Amino acid sequence: MIATAIRYAPLLILAALWEAVTRLGIVPRALLPPLSTVLVALVGMLRDGTLVGNAAQSFMRGAAGLASAIVAGFLLGAGMALRPRFHAVAGPLVQAFYPLPKTALVPLVMIWFGLGDMGKIVLIFLGCLLPVTLSTYNGIRGVDRVLVWSARSLGAAPRALLLEVMLPAALPQILTGLRTATAFAFLLMVASELIIANNGLGYLIGSLGDNGAYPAMYAAIMTVIALGFFADRGFAVLSAYLLRWRG
Amino acid sequence: MTGEATLARLPRRARWSRHGPWLRMAALRASGIIGVLVAWAIVGQFGLVRPFLVPPLPAVVAQLGTDLLSGGFATSAALTLYRALAGFALACAIGIPLGILISRRRLVGWFVTPIVSVGFPTPTLAFLPIFMLWFGVFDLSKIVMTAFSTVFTVIAAADAGTRGVERHLVWSAESLGAGRTAVFFEVMLPAALPQILTGLQVALPLALIVEVASEMLMGGDGLGGRMLQAENYADSVGVYAGIVELAAVGAIAVAGMARLRQRLLRWHAETAAR
Repeated sequence: MIATAIRYAPLLILAALWEAVTRLGIVPRALLPPLSTVLVALVGMLRDGTLVGNAAQSFMRGAAGLASAIVAGFLLGAGMALRPRFHAVAGPLVQAFYPLPKTALVPLVMIWFGLGDMGKIVLIFLGCLLPVTLSTYNGIRGVDRVLVWSARSLGAAPRALLLEVMLPAALPQILTGLRTATAFAFLLMVASELIIANNGLGYLIGSLGDNGAYPAMYAAIMTVIALGFFADRGFAVLSAYLLRWRG
Repeated sequence: MTGEATLARLPRRARWSRHGPWLRMAALRASGIIGVLVAWAIVGQFGLVRPFLVPPLPAVVAQLGTDLLSGGFATSAALTLYRALAGFALACAIGIPLGILISRRRLVGWFVTPIVSVGFPTPTLAFLPIFMLWFGVFDLSKIVMTAFSTVFTVIAAADAGTRGVERHLVWSAESLGAGRTAVFFEVMLPAALPQILTGLQVALPLALIVEVASEMLMGGDGLGGRMLQAENYADSVGVYAGIVELAAVGAIAVAGMARLRQRLLRWHAETAAR
């Protein structure tokens, strides 16, 4: 408890600094509203439900896109690692798609799906696909051959070989890819909602900024930061749990 | 995060030669991309999908040709790259020294580590309205935006890189009489370089992602800005051409970073193995 307090004390110092420079007029309030007014706006938005409603919209889009990317990315990566012919066909496509800055797909999904949820889900899916694919591919390629041979000689069926030997052995690297993918999901969610949407946290930030409601805008941004941070922490806990057998 | 960097570095041909005649493999490798192009051409030819959703391939190719010849591509790409690279350079100039300091100076580590652990998973584009408020809608705010988006990755890589340097290397150098500066510049920094470069290889594509989104939000031309304009005019040919152009710019950036890595790590076992 105390260790955690000491660890995160710098954030409190930053918060105090923020309040001080704005209260003392060192930084004009038009540029940076005092932290206390931001917190008041935050509580207000929590009370009237705007924050929760928009966060739920964003969460739904992010979760749907990320979950489908994890499933498809894993299958694609495992297929590429285990089937050389499939790799030969899919590899160049992956290599061509890899360097594309994925926000370039925002106008494309707008053309295809309009302003609704589907476009954002597809964007997040496409953006998170390759981190999962590549980490799965590299993870499975890196599995110790001896493990595979032993399992095979002990009579493991291909399915068991994949799920009980290769998947656990590749898991550390796959989880690293999933962490990247989660961060990408948040980034693309905010980007697409800022650029065009009718609801969601990104839309909330953009529209509050356009209306000059800066304390509320800062409050919405703090919410997004907190969600990203806790998602990442939660992910770290989950990884540690899944890898507990490694000792 | 390293996973992505590794695929870009895979020795391509060595792997294939094992699996059969080179020609058959080349045909297989080309079949994926050719298949996509053929499917695209067929869809356009027979009007299977509304041309607005999937414009005909020749129209997109023609648009690409026009952009190339008119210099439109060069100007937009230069603008996008300039802002993305300026932000990236700023992130390196701040992030690398700061990351090294974190691992070397306790107090700095205590203060900066929690900030990085919050900043690292933050969808930094959420700060865009703040930077617009502070720095306006022109180049400066976009450069600050890309710098802010990539700096945490750079800090984390520089920190982990210097932290992971083998003690024995440092001790040996010290016992051979190397001074503090010499140990730092001739032992610590080279030993940490591979991991720092891995971080930069993740950060540079991120800079492009954020730069493109910033252009879409603030305008100011560049490839991303032009794509959103095309979208607003319902010019789907322009959107498709923009995607191809951005993929090309991204590929150049990724390849450039890989070249830089090879150059800087000439002495390293990783390069010799190639």
